[in-house]
Amino acid sequence: MERIPIHLLRFILLAFVQIFLLKNMGYYNLATPFLYVLFILVLPFKTPNWLVYLAAFCMGLTIDAFYDTLGLHALACTVMAWARIIFISLTVSTEDRETEPEPGMSEMGFRWFLIYSFTLIFVHHLALFLFEIFRLSGFGEALLSTLLSTIFTLFLVVLSQFIFYRKKSR
Amino acid sequence: MRNLWIFISKYNAVILFIIFFLISFGLLISNNSYQRASTWNSSNEWIGKQYQKINNVKDYLRLRDINDSLAAENMRLRNLIPQTDTLKTTITKVTDTLGRKQYSYITAKVINNSIRQKNNYITINRGYKDGIRKGMGVIDPNGVVGIVLNVSPTFATIQSLLHSDTRISATLSKTNAFGSLVWGNGNFDAKYAILQDVPNHIKVKKSEQVITSGYSLFPAGIPIGKVVETGLKGGDSFLNIKVELATNFAALSYVYVVNNNTEAEQRKLESSNKTE
Repeated sequence: MERIPIHLLRFILLAFVQIFLLKNMGYYNLATPFLYVLFILVLPFKTPNWLVYLAAFCMGLTIDAFYDTLGLHALACTVMAWARIIFISLTVSTEDRETEPEPGMSEMGFRWFLIYSFTLIFVHHLALFLFEIFRLSGFGEALLSTLLSTIFTLFLVVLSQFIFYRKKSR
Repeated sequence: MRNLWIFISKYNAVILFIIFFLISFGLLISNNSYQRASTWNSSNEWIGKQYQKINNVKDYLRLRDINDSLAAENMRLRNLIPQTDTLKTTITKVTDTLGRKQYSYITAKVINNSIRQKNNYITINRGYKDGIRKGMGVIDPNGVVGIVLNVSPTFATIQSLLHSDTRISATLSKTNAFGSLVWGNGNFDAKYAILQDVPNHIKVKKSEQVITSGYSLFPAGIPIGKVVETGLKGGDSFLNIKVELATNFAALSYVYVVNNNTEAEQRKLESSNKTE
């Protein structure tokens, strides 16, 4: 609860980076980084489900407003929030959820974080590209974009975690 | 009521997911034209087909009326013929050099036609005596047919559009970008041709009309066909566009030979550029 300002700041910073920097980056429209999903990745464990959905939805809507694709990123973020809730309930024990503040790399370890972020980013990008293309015949194209973009985004997410890596305080 | 509350709190992740998913999907559908259009299309395609089937049956039942109206029109047109003949003898001819028509048309009947060869030719029952000259364009009520190749006193052969040497300057009706229409080179379907040399940056829509450009033998704006496939792999900076031909080459009966009255003058002027 006391860390709400930090999350708000992270929200604004990631949205800013996404809209003004990463929007102009990409590899032939095939691989596009969406670093803003980091915000949803590192929401604290204790966040109630409704707040995870709401935060993800708001984040998606903010990005949509600047990308002129109202609803698209919001939808992908909603799908991702669902994946996050399921993934955490399957892999993290209740005690860990009580002791660790948030699912960052410094708290949960490199391997867990890599699998966790890869799964969630993949789900997000798949939903995003599928609903952007919006027809089944474009499935192969969407899958290729998803895979390449996932690698790109994952690289940036892991990089950002290394930059802000903190040794466990205890 | 209590059970309902337990149910909701137990499955809150799924229920919330459905709620947020529906909200964002609703936003997506109602605010983005592409998604909206494709949603409506996919749901209406089936209905459209059913309408078309019913229409086919209706058309068949209406054949009698259509025949009657055509017969009536024929009668009306036949009645006009003697009048024009008598008029011609009474009116004195005036040569108007200023407002000369650029194009005049000669009707001809197709007497031989092929569509299944690699290079197809058409023979018509008009020739030198009727004013047909080599290199004139030939059209059909539906679209472009070909170019006159050889002329005898009473017949002429046409190099069909379905010929690997035929190139016709064509434009896209909306963007006015032009390219050349070719047939052959691996595509030997009489229904389709390829529009080449349209620059890559032009946005081409499906079912866009392709018409003659006016840079060739044909008057500008004669339909050629419509775009069915855009951006086939080909050159580096040019699109190759697949065009469904408007002319039904399998069922050609009457064609019009286009006589460009100002062509000789244009040629003369253009050739004077080269000598300098």
